[in-house]
Amino acid sequence: MSVPANNIPGLLDEHHSDAGGYFSHLDALEAESIFILREVAAECRNAALLFSGGKDSAVALHLARKAYFPEKVGFTLLHVDTEHNYPEVIEFRDRIAEKFGCKLVVRSLEDSIKRGTIRMKSPDEARNPYQSVTLLESIAEFEFDACIGGGRRDEEKARAKERIFSFRDEFGQWDPKNQRPELWELYNTRVHKGENMRVFPISNWTELDVWQYILREKIELPEIYFAHERDIVRRNGVLVPVTHLTPPKPGETIEKITCRFRTVGDIPCTAPVESTAATIEDIVRETAVTRITERGATRLDDQTSDAAMERRKKEGYF
Amino acid sequence: MSTHTGLLRFITAGSVDDGKSTLIGRLLYDSKSILADQLSAIEKTSERRGLTQVDLSLLTDGLEAEREQGITIDVAYRYFATPKRKFIIGDAPGHEQYTRNMVTAASTADVGIILIDARRGVLPQTRRHSYLARLVGIPRVVLAINKMDLVDYSREVFETIRTDYLAFAENLGFTEILPIPMSALEGDNVVETGDRMPWYTGPTLVDYLDTVPALHDGSDHPFRFPVQRVTRVMLGNQAEAVIGLPTEGEFRGYQGGVAAGTVRIGDAVRVLPIGKTSTVKSILTADGPLTEAQADSAVVLELADEIDISRGDMLVAASAEPIVTQDLEATMCWLSEEELTPQRKYWIKHTSRTVRASFKELLYRVDVNTLEKISGVDTLRMNDIARVKLRLQQPIFVDSYSENRITGSFIVIDDATNNTVGAGVIAPE
Repeated sequence: MSVPANNIPGLLDEHHSDAGGYFSHLDALEAESIFILREVAAECRNAALLFSGGKDSAVALHLARKAYFPEKVGFTLLHVDTEHNYPEVIEFRDRIAEKFGCKLVVRSLEDSIKRGTIRMKSPDEARNPYQSVTLLESIAEFEFDACIGGGRRDEEKARAKERIFSFRDEFGQWDPKNQRPELWELYNTRVHKGENMRVFPISNWTELDVWQYILREKIELPEIYFAHERDIVRRNGVLVPVTHLTPPKPGETIEKITCRFRTVGDIPCTAPVESTAATIEDIVRETAVTRITERGATRLDDQTSDAAMERRKKEGYF
Repeated sequence: MSTHTGLLRFITAGSVDDGKSTLIGRLLYDSKSILADQLSAIEKTSERRGLTQVDLSLLTDGLEAEREQGITIDVAYRYFATPKRKFIIGDAPGHEQYTRNMVTAASTADVGIILIDARRGVLPQTRRHSYLARLVGIPRVVLAINKMDLVDYSREVFETIRTDYLAFAENLGFTEILPIPMSALEGDNVVETGDRMPWYTGPTLVDYLDTVPALHDGSDHPFRFPVQRVTRVMLGNQAEAVIGLPTEGEFRGYQGGVAAGTVRIGDAVRVLPIGKTSTVKSILTADGPLTEAQADSAVVLELADEIDISRGDMLVAASAEPIVTQDLEATMCWLSEEELTPQRKYWIKHTSRTVRASFKELLYRVDVNTLEKISGVDTLRMNDIARVKLRLQQPIFVDSYSENRITGSFIVIDDATNNTVGAGVIAPE
């Protein structure tokens, strides 16, 4: 069931469509996303853009720049830092925020742990599930009425059913059975004080759309998205990078392989894939023929059950 | 003017029994949009349920609550691509109580696929789905006469259903109706033709979707530009270089999406509601200046004259203006579990403009199964389709919905709960 790489519209097309001619799928997706971000800019009082340094948030920031043009981006960049991130990604986050003159706020899980609002069962436990707590605390601290995220509906079943403007109550909860209908491009942004919107401007993009767009727009990314050599061990069918947080277990063999990350997050729950794709073109080609979903290959946290994401979203997760 | 859009949105309307989930599964599977881990997950589930064949409908199973009950409770969106196009499927559940989901999914669709079980023919729900598809302005439908494998791929069965449907749909006013005999289970006429229905010589579903015009393709409606946001910047201190702007002074521009038509530099535009006329001085984007912009583009417009313009105002072709009105007659779908209180005031959001509205008159309700008009309506309940008269606190700028989906539609917001409780289209009866 392999896919020929030409089975995709304009796979390696770097050019914008000419006005008056062909309006490509990337043109249509981009225009929709800019429209959504402008609605946030116009109707929300104080919006944050969740910026982790990952590719989806880099694309969201790029779109925000286009939405605000010719102004600087008016959203606060917010990173909920597990402090278990790859240093290259953190360096990238800081550099990009400065480059585009954006206000960056970093709030750490460590602070929530010190406050006692997060109590971990063990110190080496994956930290992603606890991000919701620190996120909700940051929303309260800055009184954000909207938080923009890079979530996509193709990532996961629960996301496929979530609105672009996803209403959250004061506990940050998503109620899948009681979502606001979303018709045409008429987004209802209204919230009461203490409630907020999660906004997903790239809801309708797929992983491949994201990479095609990164190629076309020449969007900068952290180095770890590209092929590099890394020490790993093989565990339950996934590659576990050897780091101080994820040391090899007794009996495991360390291998040096050429790999890259398809998603970037908390070290203990993000695994690389074997790949020699060193350029964005290579990655677009590889993504077009991949046989494993993005999360299936690389996320150690969603594999526990089919409904893992749905439950986490109900608890306030992005 | 766009001649071809590389993105097409369509909805599938039908019930679980029509094989809708199987059809979507088949589209994803045959277009190679399903990946190995997703396939192995549904293989395992199919096996656990004692099925001999992989159940492709499991691919579209969404939430825990739905899997428990074996139903679809909300609109879901799916994605696939062919060498020619990217597609977004709005998957609307078929149960009667979910009219609002169908209307929601259909509001952004270019094409509707109406599913029929070949064994059962045209049912009340077929009529309901077709009526709703037409109500929200879908110009083209594919009548997917599915489960042909269960009627021995019989041409007679297909022809009978086709004739029945066309007789009913004649009055709905679709631009095009394409009946296709199909077996989503076996794959006939979905992506590949297959060899079991040689008597059918039309396109497969995907052949059709690859080439059918998107909503704005070739459209030539007058220019409409609802102002989303006014941008004012002192030039010379941007974070990045800006192509197409002078290096000093103050810049004022209008951010928004072109809702219809094409705009070119030098075009005369009227500013609503103030009524003043100006010309387009520049069309800017972060990627550089343009000489023209087509429908669906997100741009920044600069006018030659200084006019007081805010969000919610609209720039329109000076030669063909929309109707400026505080009185609306519209067809509405009520979306909320909480019924309408006609004595209350609500918000309506129309383009980028949100205004107060009161319900002056509830003219009649439409029975979506019989299409009968029922008078004596005193409220609207969830899933009701009704004809209403509204009075607005401020004017809005409207076109007929059949001309322009964006300037012809609105939503109703309850100011107490902030919920979206209704949706309306502004069109003649």
